[in-house]
Amino acid sequence: MKLLSFAIATTVVVAGCSTKSDNARKDSAGGVTAQSSGAAAATTSGASDAQLTGAGATFPYPIYSKWFTDYAGKTGVKINYQPIGSGGGIRQLSEQTVDFGASDAPMTDDEMSKAKGGPIQHIPTVLGAVCVTYNLPEVTKPLDLTGDVIADMFLGRITKWNDPRIGALNKGVTLPNRDIVVVHRAEASGTNYIFTEYLTKVSTAFASSPGKGKEVQWPVGLGAKGNDGVTGQVKQTPGALGYVELAYARQNKLPTAAIRNAAGQFVQPSIEAVTAAAAGVSQKLPASTDYRLSITNAPGAQAYPISSFTWILVYKTQPNADKARKLMDFLKWALHDGEQSAASLDYAPLPALLVTRLDSTLATIKVGATP
Amino acid sequence: MTDVVARDPSQATAATGTPTRPSRSWTEIGSEIGDRIYSWSITGFAALVPILLLLIFISVGIAAWPALRTFGFTFLTSSDWDPVAGHFGAAPAIYGTIVSSILALVIATPLALGVAVFLSEFAPNWLRGPVAFAVDLLAAVPSVIYGLWGIFVLIPFLREFLMPFLRDTLHLGVLPLFAGPAYGSSMLAAGLILAIMCLPYISAVTREVLMAVPRSQREAAVGLGATRWEVIRDAVIPYARSGIIGGIILGLGRALGETMAVTMLIGNRHEIAASLFAPGYTMASLIANEFSEATGDLHLSALMAVGFVLLLVTFLVNALARWLVWQTAKER
Amino acid sequence: MATAQTTRRGAPSGRQRAVAERTQRSIRRRRARSHVMIGLMYVAAVIATLPLLLIVIHLIRLGASSINLAFFTQTQRPPGEAGGGMANAIVGTLILIGISGIVGLPIGIGAGLYLAEKRATLLATTVRFLADVLNGLPSIVMGIFAWQLLVKPVQHFSALAGGIALGAMMIPMVTRTTEEMVRLVPISLREAALALGYSRWRTSLSIVLRTALGGIVTGALVAMARIAGETAPLLFTALGNQFWSTSLRAPIAALPLQIYNYAISPYDDWHAQAWAAAIVLVGIVFIISLAARVATRRRYGTGD
Repeated sequence: MKLLSFAIATTVVVAGCSTKSDNARKDSAGGVTAQSSGAAAATTSGASDAQLTGAGATFPYPIYSKWFTDYAGKTGVKINYQPIGSGGGIRQLSEQTVDFGASDAPMTDDEMSKAKGGPIQHIPTVLGAVCVTYNLPEVTKPLDLTGDVIADMFLGRITKWNDPRIGALNKGVTLPNRDIVVVHRAEASGTNYIFTEYLTKVSTAFASSPGKGKEVQWPVGLGAKGNDGVTGQVKQTPGALGYVELAYARQNKLPTAAIRNAAGQFVQPSIEAVTAAAAGVSQKLPASTDYRLSITNAPGAQAYPISSFTWILVYKTQPNADKARKLMDFLKWALHDGEQSAASLDYAPLPALLVTRLDSTLATIKVGATP
Repeated sequence: MTDVVARDPSQATAATGTPTRPSRSWTEIGSEIGDRIYSWSITGFAALVPILLLLIFISVGIAAWPALRTFGFTFLTSSDWDPVAGHFGAAPAIYGTIVSSILALVIATPLALGVAVFLSEFAPNWLRGPVAFAVDLLAAVPSVIYGLWGIFVLIPFLREFLMPFLRDTLHLGVLPLFAGPAYGSSMLAAGLILAIMCLPYISAVTREVLMAVPRSQREAAVGLGATRWEVIRDAVIPYARSGIIGGIILGLGRALGETMAVTMLIGNRHEIAASLFAPGYTMASLIANEFSEATGDLHLSALMAVGFVLLLVTFLVNALARWLVWQTAKER
Repeated sequence: MATAQTTRRGAPSGRQRAVAERTQRSIRRRRARSHVMIGLMYVAAVIATLPLLLIVIHLIRLGASSINLAFFTQTQRPPGEAGGGMANAIVGTLILIGISGIVGLPIGIGAGLYLAEKRATLLATTVRFLADVLNGLPSIVMGIFAWQLLVKPVQHFSALAGGIALGAMMIPMVTRTTEEMVRLVPISLREAALALGYSRWRTSLSIVLRTALGGIVTGALVAMARIAGETAPLLFTALGNQFWSTSLRAPIAALPLQIYNYAISPYDDWHAQAWAAAIVLVGIVFIISLAARVATRRRYGTGD
């Protein structure tokens, strides 16, 4: 009896599924979707031809959202991007559930090897910076800080704002006798990756523990979700110390520390200082086309040390010719026309040198072939 | 009741498409086959329910297995959640799930009981409908809207007013429960929003069981000279006790698995803190936050393991609630 | 209750008076306590209705200004550009509710009929119990499950996956309400139909089910209202879409997803849009709930 009902249940499921897919086929054949090209019923990847789907990092979401809207208005090609997080972008691309991914942290070799669609190309799109921000009502002049001091504050080794090591960097500033209240991101994020990657470069203690990653175990402090969570915490907690993306610091008028870069200069975060960091690195580019570049602690007198690319991730071999062509056309447009709107949203555009190199890289993407 | 008469059979069969009045023998054979098919298909549909649950258990279980095998029992007891080193312990999330839910019940239960008794015993007729509707509607408000409201209304209110008031004005800050800085996002915020969210469930079940209490119970108490409150306390509530407890536990089941609103309000920190002002984590919000960000296989598996634990806990809690509510039904 | 013990016959002694006095006092005290407790219940009723009022007030205050024609006819604008709307998300949510109904209702009603007719079988007891457990299943778990089963194998996010995930959440609710409603149908009605020569299945479907239909519709509507606002199961299935799309095999926009994305963004324009979207979503849920209430009223209105 049990077996019987089991069998019946499975047939019901199967029958349900088959009618479902029939309906779906009717739907797409009926051409309900607004699309420029004719809809072929079923393609190799199965998704509707009309649209490209991408998912990933939240940090560049505002600029991507603007790009895809502008691009759809200009060409009629719709590219749907959803901000599910850098890690999510990487994983969904690896599982081939999206046409492209996006991440603030480059993929590791291990992650690349697990991708089901073959080798992956990182395409830098814009640059961002992580600012060290704080809440000290008594201090009006922006603070100067060095990497090792920042690391020790986040490790809980420096606990007071009037610590002599901070004082030595800020002669003539009267620092208050306040506890440092560390605020960090509570969830995995590209911002975490960029910030911890920088700290591991400038502090051996930080490198040994907690180390670098999209999500690390902070020894002290409070967690807040998202850039806006950290922003809110810092804003209303006297003595707080946190780190947020440049766009958030700008929009919320938070003070930012000038940080000593590799050339020994104290630099305030700004779009120009970020582009300078990228320029310094991209001048020394090796001939390889692996754009997983770290530009934290970059050389150059103007360079802001906690800068980073954000990447769009695509497979080097694209199975679906129609989709691939649309994607490549978009990327070309983004690297040239799209970059113009970056600064208005507090993102730094790519250095011109890099754009030229990326053009030739895009040309090497294989279209319409199986890996 | 709608009027049910044996309608003109042609109308009755129009939906099913069998011939209306065929010869006798055909009818018998047809109805036999029809009965067989009907019986099989409803059995099949019914069997889908356990199959679905089994599928969920199996697929989440399989995905959770690597982490459970790697960490074993320490997965439940360790507070170490370190994706870089690959150590995962879900204790803070489990603790946060339990504390936020208990807090929600502590706040919601008296209110829900009060409302339920009010509606079933005292409310004037013109008020009964609107109040019942307003409370029931709380269950219909989507989680994400509670989250939205929480971020922009509840959190600022807690931060600017309620937390400082509790801590400083009432001097409750000496207790570890109300100590520490007022950030807004906290266990307290999550508990409050959960209280609002499980209130309608508790009050609905309570109302149902109170309605089931026989009139004679009340009349007997009144006859013995009890006051209106004593009738409720000594005659009505004891009679409905296990049903009420079932309702509370049903609310607990809701609170344990609530995702979106809590994710937006609890502050998401892997730490077991004594203070309700401190941020925390729940199992559901941990999955919602990190499932999309987890790239490492072990990390993903650890999240699946959290899902599996959550599945088990809610399974047990709901099973208990169900059993208790049935107990009341049996006594009827 | 309090019994004044009588001592000797005759005039009430001082002690008896004292006892009577005590009894009086205790009655007064009990009455007072009763009033206080009943007062507290009124207070509880006020406090319990407060959250809904507050939410509605804030929805209107913060979202109403963004509700205009554009909100219902356009799709989203990038941050920093005012205007735009959520037409695609509204339609997307309606499509998702539709799919979930197609998936969840037949199964739920079928299983409910089984439970009502085969009350005591092992399968019935199991299903009844598990349906309640499934009902309390955290929606995020359903989201993970749907991704593994419906997204990963076919390699793309789709409206269909989202709708099926929501439909699966509906099944237990519809199962239990159907069972309850079918059980309310008097057994004599079923017997009468059988005596008239109706076959069993026709009795079940055209007599019993039809009689219980009002209640089942109510239950179905309540279930739909509950899943209309679900976000967690859609995160990894329907995914969301910033453009118009009505294809069942492509990612689709949904109001709850848009609200979540906009709420955690740092842009004021988007916050306002999130509130407006919340009004629409609550509106959809409210309309469905109201329809359910009307269905109930019709059922009870005919002198039940």
